[in-house]
Amino acid sequence: MADFLPPGLWLAVGALLIGVLRGRARAALVLVLPLVTLWAVWQVPDSVVVSREFLGLLVEPVEGSPVRRLFGIVFALMAFAGGLFAFRQASGRELAAASLYAGSAIGVCFSGDLISLFVWWELMAIGSTLVVWCGDRPATRGAGLRYAVMHLSGGALLMAGIAAHAATTGSIDIVALSASTPANWMILAGLLINIAAPPVSAWLADAYPESSATGAVFLSAYTTKAAVLALILLFPGEPVLVAIGTWMIFYGILYALLENDARRILAYSIVNQVGFMVCAIGIGTELALNGAAAHAFAHIIYKALLFMSAGVVVYRTGLHRCTDLGGLFRTMPLTAACGIVGALSISGFPLTSGFTTKTLISEAAKGEGLMLLYFLLAAASAGVFLHAGIKFPWFVFFQKDSGLRPRDAPWNMAAAMLLFSFLCLFIGVYPQPLYSLLPYPVAYDAYSAGTVLYYLQLLLFSGLAFFLLLPLMRRTETITLDFDWLWRVALNRLGVRALAVLDFAASRAVSLGRAGGSAVTGGLRRHFGADGAFSRSWPIGTSALWLALLLSVYVLIHYL
Amino acid sequence: MSRGPGNGDHWLARPRTLRILWVLFCIVLALTLLAQAFVVIKSYFGMDGWPGFAAVFGFLACLALVLAARLLGLLLKRRDDHYDG
Repeated sequence: MADFLPPGLWLAVGALLIGVLRGRARAALVLVLPLVTLWAVWQVPDSVVVSREFLGLLVEPVEGSPVRRLFGIVFALMAFAGGLFAFRQASGRELAAASLYAGSAIGVCFSGDLISLFVWWELMAIGSTLVVWCGDRPATRGAGLRYAVMHLSGGALLMAGIAAHAATTGSIDIVALSASTPANWMILAGLLINIAAPPVSAWLADAYPESSATGAVFLSAYTTKAAVLALILLFPGEPVLVAIGTWMIFYGILYALLENDARRILAYSIVNQVGFMVCAIGIGTELALNGAAAHAFAHIIYKALLFMSAGVVVYRTGLHRCTDLGGLFRTMPLTAACGIVGALSISGFPLTSGFTTKTLISEAAKGEGLMLLYFLLAAASAGVFLHAGIKFPWFVFFQKDSGLRPRDAPWNMAAAMLLFSFLCLFIGVYPQPLYSLLPYPVAYDAYSAGTVLYYLQLLLFSGLAFFLLLPLMRRTETITLDFDWLWRVALNRLGVRALAVLDFAASRAVSLGRAGGSAVTGGLRRHFGADGAFSRSWPIGTSALWLALLLSVYVLIHYL
Repeated sequence: MSRGPGNGDHWLARPRTLRILWVLFCIVLALTLLAQAFVVIKSYFGMDGWPGFAAVFGFLACLALVLAARLLGLLLKRRDDHYDG
């Protein structure tokens, strides 16, 4: 029993070594550990493998199932490609943090109980915060801090939910729950914070673009998708998720359309794409859950590819705003081509991975007769092509000639991009191997002539709309306010205001105290001072008169 | 990396190439519409089977999204140093 270690341990413990080692040894470890992890993931059978009694609860550190394996595989693949992309350019600190981050995400995949899940969840928050902090932009520190506060609060909420759930049901097993008790609400809320659900979606676009050119590649993959897996396991078919997912889809599109920072466009489109998965989990049928899992798999690959392409641009030019970029295809043809493959995949263009996975979700909506949702998803597919499919490559690699002539990607970055470009096209052309990994049997052929034509019309006419509406999408040097304004500005102002009020009250209290104090000391001086009434020497007659008066009052009281 | 004057004579950036690309794009658009004469798009909710429905729907959806984004921008756009300092 005990010979089965959680597959995530390889990368999580290896992170310590990666942090210590230098040069070739470190590079070897960064590239080999993910492959060892991939092997370890394959070894986990479809059942609870390890279980222990802990505080009267049954802890199951390793449990396998098809959907867990699917996420484990793509997380390990991602760790390999990310490592290949980063190992020559990123700092040792960042590579170590990324390894801890990837390992803990894989730990989440194979957690059989809520406590193990929570432990890996928190490690993931720590690892990812460290990755953010390895960025070198002026806003990195603050963004990382906000990121950490958000995720640790989410973790606290999750823990509170788990504790309440364990106390009421006596079980911490990971099974499908329903959001019907306060305990489960808290668990759901904790998961939704990590998935960048409203109203806290802003943490994602706040933190990821502030990380390094290589760090964002890792960040794009794990946190939100580990939460997608947790939702698939814990809240399949939860109706509220359909509404949350739809909100995320359109939030992502609208904010990405307004954005100027190339990597922030991609960050918003993570929220958008994860919205598709959340919707699918909300629908909750076998086809929908297959769609969510398959789309997560494809999404990790094309989104990392997009962040790699943008990362090369940031690495070579140090620039990240669309207004500063443009025309880079001249000297960066490979980076541009790989970016376009990623962009077509995210748009779900036929022959790319997005097409063979996202259409599963649309099929599920159709199958359940959800007409409104189906048309919203179709509109969103058009919108994805608009905001990520064309906008990202157009403004970074084409539009105007910025005069920049940077060199193309270094060999290792190019290799990582080519690997993921290949996978995007492979899954698009030949999706059967991916379908066979899905949790439920798939009887779906994405390439019926009608479906292909439908999406070609939808996407190509969206492309036409993009170029016709280009004047309306002129880039401006702006950001767009979000709910995070409430805690970054309003709460801050409120705090400053409260401090000012307190300060004022305190100073008033001091001056009042001083005034009161001087009144008291003045009185004392007047009555007990050198010439005060109580310290004067009195004539004997006056004393006798006072004594007689006091005695007569005493006699009077005695007889009354 | 070098910041030189614009090298406008890359073949992809020439106005003539762009004109050809536009013409090709329009031909492809027309072909996707014509193809519906030969390929049946299965209808699930009635109107999604109409000729050219996806084309019109995609175009209008993008128009609506861009306009919605403009509107949202009027309310929520700030200079990108808004949070600095």
